[in-house]
Amino acid sequence: MAEPSSGSDKLMIGQSRTGIYVAHAVLILGILIVAFPIYYTFVASTHSLQTILRPPLPLLPGDRFIENYSEALFGGVGRIGGVPVSTLLFNTTVVALGIAIGKIIISILSAYAIVFFRFPLRMTFFWIIFITLMLPVEVRILPTYKVMVDLGMIDTYAGLIVPLIASATATLLFRQFFLTIPGELVEAARVDGAGPFRFFKDILLPLSRTNIAALFVILFIYGWTQYLWPLLVTNDNQMNTIVIALKKMVSFADADTEWHLVMVTSMLAIVPPILVVVLMQRWFVRGLVETEK
Amino acid sequence: MATVDLKDVRKVYAGGVEAVKGVSIAIPDKALCVLVGPSGCGKSTLLRMIAGLETITGGTCAFDGKVVNAIGPTERDIAMVFQNYALYPHMKVYDNMAYGLRNRGTPKDEIERRVHETAKILELSHLLERRPRELSGGQRQRVAMGRAIVRNPKVFLFDEPLSNLDAKLRGQMRVEIKNLQRSLGVTSVYVTHDQLEAMTLADILVVMNAGQVEQLGNPLDIYEKPASTFVASFIGAPPMNLLPVTDVKFSDGTVISAPAQATTLGFRPEDADVTQRSSGDGLALDATVEGVEPVGAESFLYCAAAGQRVVVRVAGRSSHELGEKLTVTARPEKLHWFDSNGKRAG
Repeated sequence: MAEPSSGSDKLMIGQSRTGIYVAHAVLILGILIVAFPIYYTFVASTHSLQTILRPPLPLLPGDRFIENYSEALFGGVGRIGGVPVSTLLFNTTVVALGIAIGKIIISILSAYAIVFFRFPLRMTFFWIIFITLMLPVEVRILPTYKVMVDLGMIDTYAGLIVPLIASATATLLFRQFFLTIPGELVEAARVDGAGPFRFFKDILLPLSRTNIAALFVILFIYGWTQYLWPLLVTNDNQMNTIVIALKKMVSFADADTEWHLVMVTSMLAIVPPILVVVLMQRWFVRGLVETEK
Repeated sequence: MATVDLKDVRKVYAGGVEAVKGVSIAIPDKALCVLVGPSGCGKSTLLRMIAGLETITGGTCAFDGKVVNAIGPTERDIAMVFQNYALYPHMKVYDNMAYGLRNRGTPKDEIERRVHETAKILELSHLLERRPRELSGGQRQRVAMGRAIVRNPKVFLFDEPLSNLDAKLRGQMRVEIKNLQRSLGVTSVYVTHDQLEAMTLADILVVMNAGQVEQLGNPLDIYEKPASTFVASFIGAPPMNLLPVTDVKFSDGTVISAPAQATTLGFRPEDADVTQRSSGDGLALDATVEGVEPVGAESFLYCAAAGQRVVVRVAGRSSHELGEKLTVTARPEKLHWFDSNGKRAG
């Protein structure tokens, strides 16, 4: 990577100073295009409703940062039944974590069974899991909803999480990884007296940790941004996830909508996925660097 | 510290392929038995059956007279060194060695003592905190050995453990394995396709071919009296020269009669000589030099004779040139005879 700030001796071969300026100009322009809406949302979240409704919206943050954020987080938002955003954040975190962790546990166990054990109909089970890949959630949403109603799981965390937990994709991913583990390693563990459970805990899990980290990031964001299923399965405002609540906050009539709170909620909805990506990325890269096998 | 008895051991795979076709070997306590043969001869399958990693579909395998067919590798109390070492990549060297002991519930201080003791024997003490990927090939090989030794098992099993090392290291480790095995006195089974390793390591050498034992015994006995053309061409480098008896003419005045059923004649490269004219008794073949391979202390002459290629070892530097005509001779007592089935005759 070229570092233009550190003088011409650090230039890459065949790279001119102009080339570097052009490249950086393009990159900066790209960032501006992508980041500006987010910045503008942030700006809007620090102004009063009156300022937002009276265009044009200023380009610099206002003075109501603390008021707006504390009102949204702890005061409750009128249009969603006075539920504070902190409750929404909590709900969504529970759901996203539940989905991510649940999916990882279920898929790693089923992949373990399919790859390392010989049992009747093994390949049949594998194909059944594989086929569900081709079935989108929307196709089975009615029967799933009916089952949830019958089990009394509407407006519960379990109802939000359990139907989304089974994952053919993650199972396949783990299966592919497990297939790359050399047979000798499995045999060495057997000779060393490790039973199926010990092998899983001591060898397989530590070796899969980079895969688990990668999946966790993807699945957490998948869970965080779920829309259709939470919309169906929650009636109680207390049980809303943040994405659903955001939708409910926005009224058809402009004047009815507390835009400053909508902006605050939007900003807050972005923070946890960003944190997960940023924090897990370190793990991720470390895992990628120490390729071990 | 056990005898290993294989009686008519067979392996038939689900598809009907018979990989091992009835092998019987009795390995006395503290002996090192080497299974050697070309790839696909069933030697690795046999080893894995002794280890308990592969089910035995016929016959019995017994340790100390107790049949172990039905019990798993853990209970058999064996330790195995794998071809690719199979070290646990996420564990430090110490943990790699300690893992088997931990699984057996050995007390912590006992584990520590044994790991350090073993590490000292194998000169691994300074590497205990490293991970396998930070080690060289030779060091990984040592750790794999350490993992086997530390458990103090009844039987050591080696599955081509040196095939991933360079030639120099292989020679070193060969000597080391032999010395270790002798000083520890643990009954061992060693699989290799390298006949040099087989010859130098074995107390008992088992030459396998197509799922069967071709010959079994002391390595030098096998070298001197190969039981079949297969053994004759597999043991020894370069391999024994094998010629059809009909094409061979003998030097004048000598009486060497081939045994009745003999159809193939063999002689080792070091048992032959080259001369300018046929003299003395024994075998004499007119030959043309086709290639010279100087190794240093000796040279190998590749000659065309009797429609075959014949290798002759000559001491030191060879003065022969390509295309030179000469005579290959071999003394009668150094000749080997085989019948039409490739079995030894006479």
